[in-house]
Amino acid sequence: MDPVFLSRLQFAAATMFHFLFVPLTLGLSILVAYMETRFARSGDETYLRMTKFWGKLFLINFALGVVTGITLEFQFGTNWSRYSAYVGDIFGSLLAIEASVAFFLESTLIGVWIFGWKKLSPKAHAAVMWLVAGAGNISALWILIANGWMQHPVGYVLRNGRAELNDFAAVVFNKFAIMEFLHTVPAAFILSSFFVMGISAYHLLKKQEIDFFTRSFNIALVLGLFSSIWVAVQGDQHAVHVTEVQPAKLAAMESHWETTSAAPMLLLAIPDEENERNLFEFGRIPGLLSLLGYHDINAEVRGLNDFPKEDRPPVLLTFLSFRIMVILGTLFPLLTIIGWFLRKRLVENRWYLTIMMLAIPLPYIAIEAGWVLAEVGRQPWIVYGLLRTTNAVSPVAGAQVLSSLAAFILVYGLLGLVGFFLIGRFALQGPPAQPAPASR
Amino acid sequence: MLLVATWFYVWGLLWAIFFITDGFDFGIGTLYPFLGRSDGDKRSMINAMGPLWDGNEVWLITAGGVTFAAFPLVYAVMFSSLYTPLMLILFALILRGVSMEFRGKVDSPAWRRVWDTCIFVGSFLPALLFGVAFANIFQGLPLDKVNQEYLFRGNLLTLLNPYGLLGGILFLLFFLVHGALWLAIRTEGDLQQRAVRTAAWIWLPLLLAAVAFLAYSAVATNLYANYLARPFRFVVILLAVAGLLGIRVFLARQQFFKAWFASALAIVAATFFGIVGLFPRMLPSTIADTYSLTAFNAASSQLTLKIMLVVVLLFIPVVLAYQIWAYHLFRTKMTGEDMVY
Ligand code: HDD
Ligand code: HEM
Ligand code: HEM
Repeated sequence: MDPVFLSRLQFAAATMFHFLFVPLTLGLSILVAYMETRFARSGDETYLRMTKFWGKLFLINFALGVVTGITLEFQFGTNWSRYSAYVGDIFGSLLAIEASVAFFLESTLIGVWIFGWKKLSPKAHAAVMWLVAGAGNISALWILIANGWMQHPVGYVLRNGRAELNDFAAVVFNKFAIMEFLHTVPAAFILSSFFVMGISAYHLLKKQEIDFFTRSFNIALVLGLFSSIWVAVQGDQHAVHVTEVQPAKLAAMESHWETTSAAPMLLLAIPDEENERNLFEFGRIPGLLSLLGYHDINAEVRGLNDFPKEDRPPVLLTFLSFRIMVILGTLFPLLTIIGWFLRKRLVENRWYLTIMMLAIPLPYIAIEAGWVLAEVGRQPWIVYGLLRTTNAVSPVAGAQVLSSLAAFILVYGLLGLVGFFLIGRFALQGPPAQPAPASR
Repeated sequence: MLLVATWFYVWGLLWAIFFITDGFDFGIGTLYPFLGRSDGDKRSMINAMGPLWDGNEVWLITAGGVTFAAFPLVYAVMFSSLYTPLMLILFALILRGVSMEFRGKVDSPAWRRVWDTCIFVGSFLPALLFGVAFANIFQGLPLDKVNQEYLFRGNLLTLLNPYGLLGGILFLLFFLVHGALWLAIRTEGDLQQRAVRTAAWIWLPLLLAAVAFLAYSAVATNLYANYLARPFRFVVILLAVAGLLGIRVFLARQQFFKAWFASALAIVAATFFGIVGLFPRMLPSTIADTYSLTAFNAASSQLTLKIMLVVVLLFIPVVLAYQIWAYHLFRTKMTGEDMVY
C-alpha cells in the first residue's frame, strides 16, 4: 500500500468534500445578512421570513463546512509531516492566522446569531450576520494565501534544511494568491446565487409564495450577474498569470505537446501520455492559446515535450477539468443576463425557471473542476518547483492511511447524504406561513 | 531564547484554554445519556452548550495551528505519530458537531436516538483520548532519529499504557465535573439538581485520580526534575489542588459560577503541571533524550516567531473579549422561548 497515493486520495477526498459546503457558506451568508438588513431597516416581515428560511439552509450547510474543515487542518501533520516540517515556518503561520483572525469570529458569532434573536435588537442581530459573512470571507483569504504560496512560493529562503520566511509582505501580497482569492470567492458567490435562484425557481414553478421567492430570486440574481461576469473576465487574467509562473500546468490544461508560436487551442482532445501526443483532436482554433496565455496571437507557448517527463502533471484530468470549468463559466453569465431581462416576469417564463432549477449543481461542478485543475495541474509538486509530493508524505504505514481513508469515505458519504437530504427537504418545504418558533 | 520560551508557554496556554472551554462541552456530551432523561432535559443540555461549542472548538484549531506555526517539527512528528488516536478524535468531533445541528431537524424518535448516540460518542472519545495523548507526551514517546528524521517506533497499543490510561481517566473526570457545573449554571429544576449531585458525586473520584496521577508521574515521567530545580514551581501543583478543593467548597455553598471557575483553574493548573515539567521538551523521546524534540530544536525562524507573536498578542485578547461577551450574553438560564430556530 503506497502511503503517497493513499494520502493524496484522502486529501483530495477531504478537501473536495469540504469545498462542497464552503462556497455556499461564503455567498449565502452575505445574502442572508442582506435580507436581514432589509428587515431591520424596513420592518417588512417578508424579509424576516426570508432571513429565517435561507438562514436555516445556511446553518445546515455551515455545520458541514465546519466539521469537515477540522480534519483538513490536522491532515498536514498526520499525512504530510515532511511537508509540514519543511514549510511550516511559512505555511503554518498562515493557517494559525486564519484561525485566530477569522474562525474564532465566525464560530463565536454564529452561535450568537442562532440563539440571540431575543437578546439583540434587529439591527445588532443583522450586524452579527454581516460579521459572520465577513469572517468567512477573510478565512478564505488566508487559506488561499496559503494555497497561493504552494502554487507559487515567494518570500522565503532555504535555510536549516527547510524553507524559512524572509519576507512576510511578499507572501501575503503574492499575486498568485490574490488572483486565487479574486477568482474563488466570486465563484462561491455564483454558486450561492444559483442555489437561491434554483430553489426559488422551483417554488415559482409551483406558484407558491410568489412574492417571497420573486424577491429572493432577484436579490440572488444581482449577485449572480456581477460575479459570473467577473469570474469569466478575471479567469482570463488568472490564466495569463498561470502561464507565467506554471508553464507546465498551462501546457497540460491545453494538452499542448510541441512548443510552437501562434499556438492553437483545441476544443476537445484525447491526450495520449504514453506517446506524448494527442490521440484525437477536434476544433482547432489557430492562435487562440497564444492569445489566451500571453494576450498575443503570435506568442510562443511551451509544450509538454519541453518538460522532463517527471515534471509533467497528469494531462487528461487537468485538460478536462479546465474544459468543464470554462464551458460552465461561459454559460453562467448568459443565464444571469437572460434572467436580468426576465426579472419582472419570472413566473410567466417557465422554461427559464426550469433551466435555473436544473442548474443548481452546475456551479458545484465548475468549482470542483477548478480546484482539480489547480491542484492536479500543480503535480508532481506539492510546492511548485520546490518540494515534490512524493517527498512530502509522512512516514506512516500504508495500512494506517488505508483505514483512515475508508473511514473518511464512509463517514463523509453518510454525512453528505444526510446533509443534502436535510437541505433538500427544507428547501422544498418552503418557508412556514408564520415565522414560527420551530424547535431545534 | 526568551522568544522561544515565551512561545512554549503560549503553546501550553492555548491547549489549556481549549480544555476549559470545549472541556465542559465534552463533559455535558458524556453526561447526556445519563442526565438527559426526558426530551426536554436533552434539549436543555444541548442548549446549554449550543451557542458556545463551535467557538470553543476553535481553540483546538488554534492550538493546532500555533503548533504548526511556531514548532512545525513538533506538529509534524506529533500528529503523524499519534495518527490513529488523532483521527479518532477528529471523527468524534465531526459526529458531535453535526449531531447537534441535525438532531432536531426531523421529528422522529429513532432519528433523534441516532444523533443522541453520536453526541455521546463524539464527546466521550475526545475527552478520554486527549488525556491519553497528553499523558503519553508527558511520559515521552518512542521517538527514533534516522538520517535527521524523527520516526515513531510504536503503535496505538504503545499509547495505551497504564500511565496513559490514567491520564485519560483523569481528563474524563475533569471534564465531567466541569460539564456538570456548567449545567448547574445554565439549567434549572430537576435537571439542575441532578447535575449538582453528579458534580458532587464525581468530585471524589476526580480528586483520587488527580492524586494518583501526581504520584504516578514521579515514577513514570521526568516531570518533577524541573520542579526540584526550581521549587517555586510547585505553586502550579498547589493551584491545581486549590482548584480541586474550591470546587467542593463552592458546590456545597451552591455557588455554581465560582465552582466552575475553580474547576477551570484546576484544569489549567493540571495542564501546566505537565507543561512546566516538560520545558523545554515538547515531545520527549523514551529511546534517547538526544532524540527529544524541544522548543529549541523544533522552533520556527525568529522572524516567524516574532510575526506570530504580534498576531497572537493582538488577536487573542480580542477573541477573548468577544467570547466573554458571548458567554455573558448566554449566562442566564435558557428556556424553550429563546429557541426561535
Ligand atoms: C463557479 C466556479 C468557477 C467558474 C465558473 C470558473 N472558475 Fe476558474 N476556478 C474556480 C472556479 C471557477 C476555482 C475552483 O475557484 C479555482 C481553483 C483555484 C482557484 O484559484 O480558483 C479555479 C481556477 C482557475 C484557474 C487555475 C488557477 C490555478 O491553476 O491555480 C484558471 C486558469 C481559471 N480558473 C480560469 C477560469 C476561466 C477562464 C473561467 C471562465 C470562463 C473560469 N475559470 C470559470
Ligand atoms: C477547497 C478547495 C480545494 C480542493 C477541492 C482541493 C483539491 C485537491 C486535490 C484534488 C488534490 C490531489 C491532487 C493530486 O494529488 O493529484 C489536492 C492536493 C493537495 N492540496 Fe488541495 N484542494 C483545495 C484547496 C487546497 C488548499 C486551500 C490547500 C492549502 C492550504 C491545499 C493543499 C493541498 C495539499 C497539501 C495537497 C496534497 C499534496 C498533493 O497532492 O499535492 N488544497 N487538493
Ligand atoms: C486545505 C485547506 C483547508 C483547511 C486546512 C481548512 C480548514 C478549515 C477549518 C479548520 C474549518 C472549521 C472552522 C471552524 O470550526 O469554525 C473550516 C471551515 C471553513 N473553511 Fe476551510 N479549510 C481549507 C480549505 C478552504 C478553502 C479553500 C476555503 C475558501 C475558499 C475555506 C473556507 C472555509 C469557510 C468559509 C469555512 C466555514 C466555517 C468557519 O469559518 O467557521 N476553506 N476550514
